[in-house]
Amino acid sequence: MAVIRDVMPAFELLQPNSVDEARHLLEQHAGDAWVLAGGLDSFDWLKDRIKKPKAVVDLSGIEELKGVRSTGDGIEIGAMTTLTEIVQHPVVKEKYSLLSEAASVVASPQIRNQGTIGGNVSQDTRCWYYRAGWPCYRAGGNICYADTPEGRNREHAILHADRCVAVNPSDTAPALIALAAKFVIRTRKGERIVDAEDYFVGPEIDITRLHILQDGDLLTAIRIPSTWAGAKFYFEKVRDRNVWDFPLLNVASAMFLSNGNIEKMRIAVNGAAARPLRLKAVENAVRGMPANAATGQTAGQLAVQGAVPLQFNAYKIPLMRNLVKRAIGGVEEAKWTS
Amino acid sequence: MDFLKSPIQWATDPWGKVVPIHIAWFLIWVAAIAGLLFLIVHATYVRYFAKPRQFAAEDDVRATSAIPDRVPRHSLVARVFHWIMALAMLTLLFTAFLPKIGWQFPWVTYHWIAGIVLTASILFHVFHASFWLDFWSIWPDRIDMTDASYRMLRFLGRSAPAPRKFAKYPLENKLYHGVIILAGLSAIITGVFMMFRVRTGILPRNPYLFSDMTWGMMYVLHGLAGVGLIALVTVHIYFAIRPEKLPITKSMVFGWMSRDFYLEEHDPRRWIVGPESSSPNSGRTEA
Repeated sequence: MAVIRDVMPAFELLQPNSVDEARHLLEQHAGDAWVLAGGLDSFDWLKDRIKKPKAVVDLSGIEELKGVRSTGDGIEIGAMTTLTEIVQHPVVKEKYSLLSEAASVVASPQIRNQGTIGGNVSQDTRCWYYRAGWPCYRAGGNICYADTPEGRNREHAILHADRCVAVNPSDTAPALIALAAKFVIRTRKGERIVDAEDYFVGPEIDITRLHILQDGDLLTAIRIPSTWAGAKFYFEKVRDRNVWDFPLLNVASAMFLSNGNIEKMRIAVNGAAARPLRLKAVENAVRGMPANAATGQTAGQLAVQGAVPLQFNAYKIPLMRNLVKRAIGGVEEAKWTS
Repeated sequence: MDFLKSPIQWATDPWGKVVPIHIAWFLIWVAAIAGLLFLIVHATYVRYFAKPRQFAAEDDVRATSAIPDRVPRHSLVARVFHWIMALAMLTLLFTAFLPKIGWQFPWVTYHWIAGIVLTASILFHVFHASFWLDFWSIWPDRIDMTDASYRMLRFLGRSAPAPRKFAKYPLENKLYHGVIILAGLSAIITGVFMMFRVRTGILPRNPYLFSDMTWGMMYVLHGLAGVGLIALVTVHIYFAIRPEKLPITKSMVFGWMSRDFYLEEHDPRRWIVGPESSSPNSGRTEA
């Protein structure tokens, strides 16, 4: 398939100064508008000429979408806040270090300087069949090229695959789920606030999107309540190249301990399915249990129940099991097992 | 304007061939509107323009004297089949098209399970109708065609004999049954093959069973049959709730229709109801 690289198709560049103006423009160009945050995902699509929107709504001029603000109960992060700012923000580092840690391992420093939290959680999948412009399910077609006997699917889903086996590539998403964050969305009907895990959607619901944003919707902020501030956090990302890569899998957890036992916990993984998965069964199973390798082992087994490997990604099952084990038992105690 | 766009969506496959991938989804609305338009036009015609129906010759008194008060029309087995099929068909249509018009839910599993139920019930129906019912009663015969031509001539104001009363099923019923067979079989056969593309645990996944072109045509045919069924089911439900058709609908619930309705609509010589078939569950009387 001939692809013209590095020459973007012509589009109308719209640069609103407020959320209301952006929403108005998105509504005006319904179906033909592309929302541009940091541009790291967008420019791939545009330069490869896979996506050819008639209008691009650039959010970089909207000040109200930027920055980290303290609220009565936690913090609010504007959707256009850069990942670097999140990594360096003192309150995030002090109380919600899970998020700063997750943001710190996103791609490279240059990308973190430009990439935004809103873009990171809303980015599209990295499945190369899809990104090459092939007419797969996610692109509106009727086949998944990755889920075929010859498909290259080392990075693809082991859980909740439904026709499409692409995975969500966000590093910050599982951290936000573990922190019980709320996503603030501006829709044509007004403001809508959803739990972090409900922002993401699997192919069984919508095979063409990774999140619930519809045409005209705008993610404006992410609110993190103080509920899990200062908890014991764990984040680990496994990738092919430690210097700069998308996750093969990552895990994020927040725990409160009491006398060495897990009082309560939230844990999520990403890279295993088309949406980041909150592991509620694990959270329930480990409540009241000691935070050690044995509990981690049990939790790891529970986490991968129902996993179905593809031709080349069976390694993800022990990988996920071990990540969950380490999130509970700690890196030192919970030794890697195959 | 969506209506001016191609009714088929095309894409370029990895080998550079342009192949169909499925129907354009605006056809959902085309089918729904066509179904609604039909019922508006029909209801208006019946209400304001239709003349009272006239049938040829009076019934033979000897033939009608043995007709019971409750004329058995559908056996219990046939009724159970009909309602299972109806439930499966509605499930298939809702699960197929609601997500396309914005009501999102995990539809695929419900869809193929309903498809299996429909397929099984239709296989049963073919077997049951072939060996236990009057298989030919649902197919048009020469009298139907002759009477249809009479009705058409009279509708156009030309001179023609009055048509006879109906056999067990009016010609419209028989033609509808034929169209449903075409649409239903198209959807079912393509649907069974499409199950090779999803994880069902029943059939082994094999997305390369056919070429991209064949798969594409299969998806298009499945889609066309599906949207066609939107219109057909709309029309079917419309007729089922029309006041003059309610006795027929009730017979699909209770199994029988009244003697009066039978004599008003049906020709006892063409649909023979004798004392031996007084029970709705008795033998070869229906399809």
